[in-house]
Amino acid sequence: METKTAAVSIRNVTKTFGSVVANDKVNLDIYKGEILSLLGENGSGKTTLMNMLSGIYFPDQGQIFINGKEEVIKSPKDALKLGIGMVHQHFKLIDVLSATENIILGLPGKLNIKEASRTIEDICTKYGFEVNTRQKIYEMSVSQKQTVEIVKVLYRGADILILDEPTAVLTPQETETLFKLLRKMRDDGKAIVIITHKMHEVESLSDRVAVLRDGRYIDSKDTKDTNVEEMTNMMVGHAVTLNIARPDPVDPKPRIEVQGLTVRSEEGVLKLQDVSFTANSGEILGIAGISGSGQKELLEAIAGLQVIESGTINYVEDDGAKELLVGKDPLKIAEMGVSLSFVPEDRLGMGLVGNMDLTDNMMLRSFRSGHTPFTNRKPSKQLAEDVVQNLDVVTPGITTPVRRLSGGNVQKVLVGREIASAPTVLLTAYAVRGLDINSSYTIYDLINEQKKKGVAVIFVGEDLDVMVELCDRILVLCGGQVSGIVDARKTDKNQVGMLMTRVGGTGENE
Amino acid sequence: MNDKNKEPLFHIVKRAALPWYQSMGIRAAAIVLALLLCAVVTTITTGINPLQVYQSIFAGAFGSTRKIWITLQNTSILLLIALALTPAFKMRFWNIGGEGQVLIGGLAAAACMICLGGRLPNALVMLCMVITSIAVGVIWGFIPAFFKAKWNTNETLSTLMMNYIATQLVAFFTIVWEVPKGSGKIGIINQDSNVGWLPQLFGSKYLLSILVAVAITVFMYIYLRYSKQGYEICVVGESENTAKYVGIKVEKVIIRTMALSGGICGLVGLLLVGSINHTITTTIAGGQGFTAVLVSWMSKFNPVTMIFSSALIVFMDRGASEISTNFGLNHSYSDILTGIILFFIIGCEFFITYQIRFRRKAEKEGQ
Repeated sequence: METKTAAVSIRNVTKTFGSVVANDKVNLDIYKGEILSLLGENGSGKTTLMNMLSGIYFPDQGQIFINGKEEVIKSPKDALKLGIGMVHQHFKLIDVLSATENIILGLPGKLNIKEASRTIEDICTKYGFEVNTRQKIYEMSVSQKQTVEIVKVLYRGADILILDEPTAVLTPQETETLFKLLRKMRDDGKAIVIITHKMHEVESLSDRVAVLRDGRYIDSKDTKDTNVEEMTNMMVGHAVTLNIARPDPVDPKPRIEVQGLTVRSEEGVLKLQDVSFTANSGEILGIAGISGSGQKELLEAIAGLQVIESGTINYVEDDGAKELLVGKDPLKIAEMGVSLSFVPEDRLGMGLVGNMDLTDNMMLRSFRSGHTPFTNRKPSKQLAEDVVQNLDVVTPGITTPVRRLSGGNVQKVLVGREIASAPTVLLTAYAVRGLDINSSYTIYDLINEQKKKGVAVIFVGEDLDVMVELCDRILVLCGGQVSGIVDARKTDKNQVGMLMTRVGGTGENE
Repeated sequence: MNDKNKEPLFHIVKRAALPWYQSMGIRAAAIVLALLLCAVVTTITTGINPLQVYQSIFAGAFGSTRKIWITLQNTSILLLIALALTPAFKMRFWNIGGEGQVLIGGLAAAACMICLGGRLPNALVMLCMVITSIAVGVIWGFIPAFFKAKWNTNETLSTLMMNYIATQLVAFFTIVWEVPKGSGKIGIINQDSNVGWLPQLFGSKYLLSILVAVAITVFMYIYLRYSKQGYEICVVGESENTAKYVGIKVEKVIIRTMALSGGICGLVGLLLVGSINHTITTTIAGGQGFTAVLVSWMSKFNPVTMIFSSALIVFMDRGASEISTNFGLNHSYSDILTGIILFFIIGCEFFITYQIRFRRKAEKEGQ
């Protein structure tokens, strides 16, 4: 401890939003030449705390010291002046501008693209980034965009870097590259904070972990002195078991048959090409792939939300009778008696209505029931109460708009509603994205329960460690094509990771 | 450097939900402040005693039985248009075509009165008026909705353009039907036979519009809150993707809702021509199609609140005419007063959602 100098010291910082206390007298030190993992469940106040450092929020109380001196950070501009740079989960880049233009955007002084490009290239050589300064953002892959974001904060002279869930959208290979870069920056004396939910990343990357719970600072430990169990217990506040169960499928029968499915986006871009597979009842079929490889289109095609170019999708009844799902909208599919549940990727943009309360959101699936022109809220209210109770949804009440809930709770509401209809097919897209470890395991349990009931589960995921533990089979998509269907019990994440970038080579070039 | 280490003078913090009496208190305070500012402005710019002005505004709106009836009737019309626009706004469909939808409904009613008067029995003429004016209102709502649903055209532009089409059609038919020739206006239609004049209820010519407004208010309140269609409107407005996800046909909802919106506006046109004015001019809607947008938004799409907001605006407008005659002030003067009051009413919503913390206070709390 003696040899480290604190780059940032947060003392007694409190921030409230209305009646919600997001941060309660938090004390935290961030040291130079160190990678700190900030851990905590959803809604524990990690992002709020970092937003105060980067000038987006202003603390109600408390002090922030930068390099030993008390500072007031009123805006992101102040934060940058103090050398604090944040890479947000959602990139803040302008698509039609080039990397250089994005990096120098908003900076004072004369516009000199050439000189800026040279400086950027210097930074890149120094740390080993690969950025084509003239490339436009819309031509870049997700990991390239992230690199631009990081270079952007470095260009502005940041030596305290905050990264909010940087690996959520990266492949294992890209993640490794990012970690190498981060380590190099650490060795250069920069202070780095990363917010993540993936425990194995915490272990492999960070020097120290700090834990927040319910807005309060719990403890910090050197990573080498702790382990996943202990960290999780600190986050949750009580002991949890971290095993993903994988019961053997009971009597699997084909349920969804996809043959030669080809889908083009509205702009005519090929999103899925000749995809064929069968999903069985009582089985979890994982779908892996770099984000944007056609996962969304695949699920939406099955759910009746996507216009397809060619191919067939059949629902297979227990007695073997087949019914075509292609060309039917969700309402028609439901009228056919097919109970198909879908947990989409964009929870508040597609699965739920953010401004409506829990009851009204429960009603989305059932509002048509009854023969009067009026809605009946009673069953929905009951369902909302059940979901809140059974899934431990943290909410002030069932009349709270769902957008006010934290990510994990929003997901519980959505999953709770979708499984309430006793589905025979359950489609989930990134079911645990942004969820803390405790909520994630709740969701895995719920999915396993459905599997045991004989539901055919299609699980689009991004955390390969989880997928090889949870799924029965994994279908890997690459650039809209199936690059392999593997038995999850006999594979590992490296094999899946390789398949993710193999077919057509698009994954590697982008 | 020195003030860099100071906290900002104040910062804005979101409030917890306020109990209703506190939020009403803030609104009441806003109106009182608005009246005070109006008083200051009045004294400074005109030198007239502001109390006299207020008194005369009040007298203008409620000074006699007749004035009270007219205020109620005008409120009803404004309220009806606001109610008509509300389902569209809830759907995030910016229907600013209320003006045109009202006008075209009025034109249809006038056309029935002029063309069918004397040829059909009075009751049949009235029936035709009701059907045609609602029908053309529906069509005026349907056209922009159809284009929006099929090709995602901008409804703000198309509903606005439909206003001009309606105005020009009325202008055209004014020339066709002008009485006497060359006067450039239609004058009172069927003045002798009273054919197509909607019935006076209980001997009052004002009551019909008021009762229709009451009925539509109740209908709209229930429709938006408790009906399946109202629920669909809300889902489509909040998120089209969610609507598609649960199998709601977004195109159908857009078209149906705009047809409803236009239909009620057409009905207002019928009331204006058949019950109130018995004539048609290009300005018969008097910009209320636009004022209604304000009413609907100011009331946060709540039909009950709309009763009060439309009453307030009509009250100010009626009072305005009074002060412009009593004190020789221009009619615009009352627009200034209305503007100040609306500014405070809308502005106070900020203080209901947020609070401002000043530096000193925050420091004290910190200790």
